[in-house]
Amino acid sequence: MTHPSLSTRDLTIRFGGHTAVNAVTCDFHPGELTVIVGPNGAGKTTYFNMISGQLMPSEGTVEKDGLDLTRMPASTRARHGVGRAFQLTNLFPHLSVLENIRLAVQAQSGDGRRFFTPVTRLTELAAKAERYLEATRLSDRADMPAAALPHGDQRKLEVALLMAMEPDIYMFDEPTAGMSLDHAPDVLDLIAEIKHDHTKTVLLVEHKMDVVRALADRIIVLHNGELIADGDPGEVMSSQIVKDVYLGNAGELT
Amino acid sequence: MNRTMNRTLSVKIIALTVWGLLLFSPFLFQDVRQVEVAARIAVFIVLVASYDLLIGYTGIVSFAHTMFFGFGAYGVAIALKQIGPGWGAWTLGTLSGVAVSIVVAILIGLLSLRVKAIFFAMITLAAASVALVLASQLSQFTGGEDGMIYSAPDLLKPSTKLLTDAEGDVLRIFDVRMNGKIAAYYFVFITCALMFWAMLRIVGSPLGTVLKAIRENEGRAEGIGYRVVAYRTAVFVIAATTAALAGAVYATWLRYTGPDTTLSFAIMIDILLMVVIGGMGTMWGAVIGATLMVLAQYYLRDLMEVASRATEAIPLLPELLSPDRWLLWLGIIFILLVYFFPAGIAGTIIRGRTK
Repeated sequence: MTHPSLSTRDLTIRFGGHTAVNAVTCDFHPGELTVIVGPNGAGKTTYFNMISGQLMPSEGTVEKDGLDLTRMPASTRARHGVGRAFQLTNLFPHLSVLENIRLAVQAQSGDGRRFFTPVTRLTELAAKAERYLEATRLSDRADMPAAALPHGDQRKLEVALLMAMEPDIYMFDEPTAGMSLDHAPDVLDLIAEIKHDHTKTVLLVEHKMDVVRALADRIIVLHNGELIADGDPGEVMSSQIVKDVYLGNAGELT
Repeated sequence: MNRTMNRTLSVKIIALTVWGLLLFSPFLFQDVRQVEVAARIAVFIVLVASYDLLIGYTGIVSFAHTMFFGFGAYGVAIALKQIGPGWGAWTLGTLSGVAVSIVVAILIGLLSLRVKAIFFAMITLAAASVALVLASQLSQFTGGEDGMIYSAPDLLKPSTKLLTDAEGDVLRIFDVRMNGKIAAYYFVFITCALMFWAMLRIVGSPLGTVLKAIRENEGRAEGIGYRVVAYRTAVFVIAATTAALAGAVYATWLRYTGPDTTLSFAIMIDILLMVVIGGMGTMWGAVIGATLMVLAQYYLRDLMEVASRATEAIPLLPELLSPDRWLLWLGIIFILLVYFFPAGIAGTIIRGRTK
């Protein structure tokens, strides 16, 4: 297989006496969509937070294409191509949908440091933002404040922000959480499109098994902060260890 | 959407009307005090707008804005006093004031903008107190509590004849004498208008959106690639520089600088009130807030004098309306404004009464 685009080595974080993520070593490759599963409290979001920079690990390293990200702040990682969408909607509520997307575009293009050019004159910036508006089918809501969007559209905007950052690593944390069944496919289609690009590394935390089956190239299982299974979706889903974790007999395993 | 645009337009029209009146005020209002008020309004618009960059746009609470205003004012005052009136001294004073402001702003910013907002506010409060104490203690440079009186560069002196008629007297246009006083007024007007325009450009630029993003959701701004500490420090430096320049301009106009005209916490509170009255997060609101507040400070007493006399026949009322109680009424007006315009005047007009 190709060189890993993202790898974590012995990634560990402790909160007081509690080890939330324990020595997780894992490689992720371009063109591969990895679904991370595990029961609540398994450390999936904490693992994400250490990769995208919201939390600093107690031990271990995070590398992207050979570059050590471990001590970098989240903003630097984002500029190096690690993009993250959040589980709870995490937008700029009083800014318009277009402004939300434009912020992500200009962060990536470096235009955020321009302090004297009116936004209206940067047509390239506007065109790019427009493109992501269309890709996520939010064009007709461009001028609405993000907070006024229905929940499903807020989730789409969350994905739009991530796409507009044009990262190499896409991290989705339960992108369809709280969405009704008829809206979830919109977001999943967007993720499928990213996957079909075959150059991006996609990490996805997801509970819904039909989603996992439809999208996953590979599944890893976290339990009590440890990586307990890693492999082909069919294999992992049918393995005894995963069944035990999900049926709650996991205490006997460790 | 259209309604929001119309409302924004009406706020702009009000603010531009104020600027228009300021432009012609030496011709419209020929009383010395009225021109004094006009100059003060112009300076305070800049001061309030630069403070709004911090508190309204970025969500940074600072109490050190008058300190930077003071750095600019004292820079000019000390230079003009020690070196003598001249543009060289003026430039040196202004640049030193701005340089000190930038250094102090970067220090405060990098040391404390990464921590909690309340801690930052306390640091700025401490820094401002130190500046105030220093200004009164280092009296051989600053004139202490009494401040300093000095001369402005020649062009801006009241005795200068800008334009003369055939007999060599000061020329009058529409009955206004073309002397150094008018030059001084337009010096204030033009510099303040330029600074206000520059700030409009800043809030309308991509950086302006980043500032609002930091105010709205700091964590996500960092998450999509903006180094929040750096942006906060940058806007703090921009605001400090602007305040220092406004201070330099005001010191040139007043030809007096002391703690009460620049550094005092009373002015800091005035600025806060002006931002709140005008509307946080709207540059145009700064124009409205500064204008109303300065007008009230100068004319509320006169107005009450009139009201008190008009109600002489009625018991109690003249007592209540006595000019000595102007601060009480200013307070009442302020409370009513906040009640009826919760988002400030400009903010409430733009957003509408609901929410």
